[in-house]
Amino acid sequence: MISQLLEILVALILAPLLMGWINAWRAWLQNKSAPSLLQPYRTLHKLFHKESVVAETAMPLFRIAPYLVFGCMALACGIVPTLSTDLPMAPAADAIALVGVFALARVFSALAAMDIGTSFGTMGARREMMIGFLAEPALLMVLFTASLITRSTSLASIVHTLASQKFVIYPSLLFSGAAFLLVLLAENARVPVDNPTTHLELTMIHEALILEYSGRHLALIEWAVALKLFAYTCIGAALFFPWGLAQANAPEALLLALPVLVVKLAAAGVVLAMIETVNAKMRIFRVPEFLATAFLLAVIALLVHVLLGA
Amino acid sequence: MHLLLSQSINLFAAMLLIVVFAMISQRRILRVIHLFTVQGATLVASTIVVGYLTGQHHLYYSAAVTLIVKVILIPVLLHRVIDRLNVRWDVETLINIPTTMLIGIVLVVFAFNLALPIAKLSLSIARGTLGIALACFLLSFMMMISRAKAVPQVIGFLSMENSLFFAAAAATNGMPMIVELGIAFDVLAGILILGVFMFQIREQFDSLDIRHLEKLKED
Repeated sequence: MISQLLEILVALILAPLLMGWINAWRAWLQNKSAPSLLQPYRTLHKLFHKESVVAETAMPLFRIAPYLVFGCMALACGIVPTLSTDLPMAPAADAIALVGVFALARVFSALAAMDIGTSFGTMGARREMMIGFLAEPALLMVLFTASLITRSTSLASIVHTLASQKFVIYPSLLFSGAAFLLVLLAENARVPVDNPTTHLELTMIHEALILEYSGRHLALIEWAVALKLFAYTCIGAALFFPWGLAQANAPEALLLALPVLVVKLAAAGVVLAMIETVNAKMRIFRVPEFLATAFLLAVIALLVHVLLGA
Repeated sequence: MHLLLSQSINLFAAMLLIVVFAMISQRRILRVIHLFTVQGATLVASTIVVGYLTGQHHLYYSAAVTLIVKVILIPVLLHRVIDRLNVRWDVETLINIPTTMLIGIVLVVFAFNLALPIAKLSLSIARGTLGIALACFLLSFMMMISRAKAVPQVIGFLSMENSLFFAAAAATNGMPMIVELGIAFDVLAGILILGVFMFQIREQFDSLDIRHLEKLKED
């Protein structure tokens, strides 16, 4: 129980910091002076204190969506084993349900964007759904490969099995790792697919979705975006670098798992910033190709597992 | 240690497969050459590991030959060719990469099924990877078919040879030394001749697009 509460709390606190860390590294790699690591917290603080303006034509759905999205992401962070594999919430939702939770959040943010009826919102929603429907099968395939290796679809027991056995090289996990990286970039609106800092009207995907939000609604969505990135990074860390998690509900093991998690996240942040720096944003019509590659890698991972048994 | 090394053969095999897929989807000629170099290096590493595990020292020599010919000599030659032809930064217009990729998956499944009964007969340490070697072979073949420009086609040919080499190492712990030496020099000579061909094609048609070769005479 402690581990579950601590895990959600850590996710809520660390997620904006991860965002700030990545932004800082991006700035450093581009020879700019970096914003403070705490900048995302300040943005959230500012937005929470601002008045929230809602369009006249908005339906209640528009007001509910930020809370739903935030709730979905917080739930996802609770399911993914970040600190411990001994999670009371883990049996409630396996890896497939986790993908469903992400899909639920996506559907609601797309509906809310279309609700206002501006052309940008609709365009963003359509693009977001296109990326989503291409990325989801790839993500599922990645999770299936891990499930086949460990004979379980529950993330907690996958991680438990992977971490507690003797070190084995899985070529199939190499493929699914590559696929997962592509999915992560696409799902979190990172550079080759979407530029998270752009407000250039024709190229934006994610920003177009949340264009109409302001004040506390926007703050919740920004926080949810950070949580999503956090959740994805933690899924990656859990599947491909499963070491250092607490196996039992012991406080001292949790204390040890926290620094390990921070180190993993810091490394992942630097890698993400580097990928975003060396790549250029691609045209939207290249995105299906990008995600087809991810799907292909994930399918090959399955095949390699079947052939080599590893 | 021994166990980890024998698992690393599978890892190298998987990397070969990734590299071939990357080659198929890569538009830039320069990147394709880089990928070919990586493929050669992976091949060298896996040959050394197989040689170490089976105690067959002639595999070290064949790894050395591979290193010299496929990782150093041929990439240098290719770089010089694309410099001379001035196609270093060329981008090939590939149509329909997702479809090619899907066909690629079908090829991989086919190769895996084909290799299963053969691999059961083999006693070699890396027999599981025979399916991957066959898949790489078929994919390189597809790369030769799907590309229109001469340089990527040549690289497809070379990558096919690499896969055959890997298949030999996987199925029978390597071919006799004399055969390997012969193949290595054949490939080298092939590259030189193909290089001359590329210049000739360029002279004739002002382009490396081999579709021009299908026309018999000027209209």
